[in-house]
Amino acid sequence: MTAAQVQMGSREPTSIYLPQLAKIVRTEQLTKMEKLFEIKLGSGQELGHQPGQFVEVSLFGIGEAPISVSSSPTKKGSFELAVRAVGNVTKALHTLDRGATLGIRGPFGRGFPVEELRGKDILFVAGGIGLVPVRSLINYVLDNRSAFGRVLVLFGAKTPAEQLFLDELSKWRMSKEMEYWETVDRADGQWKGNVGVITTLFPKITVDPKKTVAVIVGPPIMYRFAILEAQVKGIPDDQIIVSLERRMKCGVGKCGHCQIHHVYVCQDGPVFSYAKIKHLKEAI
Amino acid sequence: MTFRAIEKKNFPPFIDSLIQAMEVVGVREKVEGKYEFAPLEAASQLCLEYDVTLLSPKKFLFPPRETLLKFKTGKSVSCEPVLDSQSLAIIGVHPYDIKAIAQLDRIFADANRDEHYLRKRQDTVIIGVDIKRSSTHAFCRSMNSATVQEGFDLLLTDIGESYVVAVGTNQGQALLEKHAVSRAATKEEIGKRAEIQEKIPYMFSLNTVNTPYEELPKLLADHAESKLFAELAEKCFSCGSCNLVCPTCYCFDVQDDMALNLSEGERFRLWDGCLLDGFAKVATGENFRENRAERIRHRIFRKGKYIYEKYGEHGCVGCGRCASACLPDIANPVEIFNRLKEGK
Repeated sequence: MTAAQVQMGSREPTSIYLPQLAKIVRTEQLTKMEKLFEIKLGSGQELGHQPGQFVEVSLFGIGEAPISVSSSPTKKGSFELAVRAVGNVTKALHTLDRGATLGIRGPFGRGFPVEELRGKDILFVAGGIGLVPVRSLINYVLDNRSAFGRVLVLFGAKTPAEQLFLDELSKWRMSKEMEYWETVDRADGQWKGNVGVITTLFPKITVDPKKTVAVIVGPPIMYRFAILEAQVKGIPDDQIIVSLERRMKCGVGKCGHCQIHHVYVCQDGPVFSYAKIKHLKEAI
Repeated sequence: MTFRAIEKKNFPPFIDSLIQAMEVVGVREKVEGKYEFAPLEAASQLCLEYDVTLLSPKKFLFPPRETLLKFKTGKSVSCEPVLDSQSLAIIGVHPYDIKAIAQLDRIFADANRDEHYLRKRQDTVIIGVDIKRSSTHAFCRSMNSATVQEGFDLLLTDIGESYVVAVGTNQGQALLEKHAVSRAATKEEIGKRAEIQEKIPYMFSLNTVNTPYEELPKLLADHAESKLFAELAEKCFSCGSCNLVCPTCYCFDVQDDMALNLSEGERFRLWDGCLLDGFAKVATGENFRENRAERIRHRIFRKGKYIYEKYGEHGCVGCGRCASACLPDIANPVEIFNRLKEGK
């Protein structure tokens, strides 16, 4: 495109940085640090996201933060964000409850490749709040259960108190539709389950590497070890999917903060096939 | 392209007429030997025989601090975009800066149109001027930016008694018709212009990148693990001056500013720099480019690889401003590219 063509381009009526207003319709304290927000757009429309996409949440006067959508698009009428209070925006968000107004931009980025996952066995590996984006896909898969093969979920939290979505976890434990395994790094008195980091769950499962896709989301340190475990199971790198966290100010591929080499995580990701990013130093 | 000519005596009245009609910025001498793009009140302030300006004219299209939205909080929350722009003429833009602006045009129009930039750009006319003096660190020949064929509305070349004016757009043509006494350039004048332009790249012979333009991405890919980045990092202050003065850097931060009444405010963006310590740091404290060496490598790769792979031209136009601005003198792309090539 030449500069002349740019100048001839029509004027868009508005700004890509303009959020739409939305209302919090329900909140739920998930743990000490994480709170769930169920949100409805002011327009009454669906968010229209894919599992694994994110939105920019605006609190006017505080700022914007990129937050993964935690609900499946099969859940209609509203969407859910599960937010850890760590930064300016998220801490302020935690003070809000039902009825409060906030701004939403998005959904942004590439979500999980749901079409490619059809017919496959899926091995979910979620560490800590990595469960937040993964939950959008787990629930999508459960709502379209017949379209997918085996569903295995490995979930690790630091302590039992840091486990999210307790109601869903108790359903998953009982479910005949999935194989659910969990662990905590440090147990408390009540905990009767597995103790150890998430990689200690891998020896407990068997997978058919040819038809299994591993979906791995967790804190930066977890990827290196969890990816290795998936590889040990024989799962090829192009069947290992990760979702990367980065600083994102704009969500639209302009501000530069999320860049890993030539890749803009907010546009090309946050979901990537490991095969595509394994050569990018700084990615994992 | 059509060529007009403006006699030197008719040139100041042209500029003065523009100043009457619209906001005009041009190159002015800020202090002795240092130039800047600043508003012009009279043609006499314009200096077209400069070497380089401290900052590029990018600052008028992508201001250091730019309001994006205004909002109201409280019982009834609302927000609306701020898409201010006004007719502006920028006079005296060198070819490397014209190339840099054309690149920003592509980037801000690509995929998601950034109206805040593009509206300003659409309302701006660029009157360029061919380079008469090279600055100490400029290496425009190596970056194909010593002369330029597009990206301007008008381009002036000083041929002695007159300026030959290349007309790049209809908008430029209209400005000439309305504000200047001009005539068609003669064959001789057009020939003289071509002769002058042919020599311009050789002004930069002292600063030459030893790798051909198209081969820079491969050079960088081959040396991604070079120890040079760590060596430069030893001296780097992470001050971001190289980003600040770069005509093609466009990374920004976004912040909110609340008015004292605590019921309204604005969201604005401001220039950011990938050399700054917290550039890639997220709220949990994780910093994805914590080491200075990684940040230096990232900047150089943006300048000589990533932008090229996406847009077919480099994110460096060879203006040399980063080399001049860097206190420990480690930012010069010529030196970095050449040292990587020589393996030193």
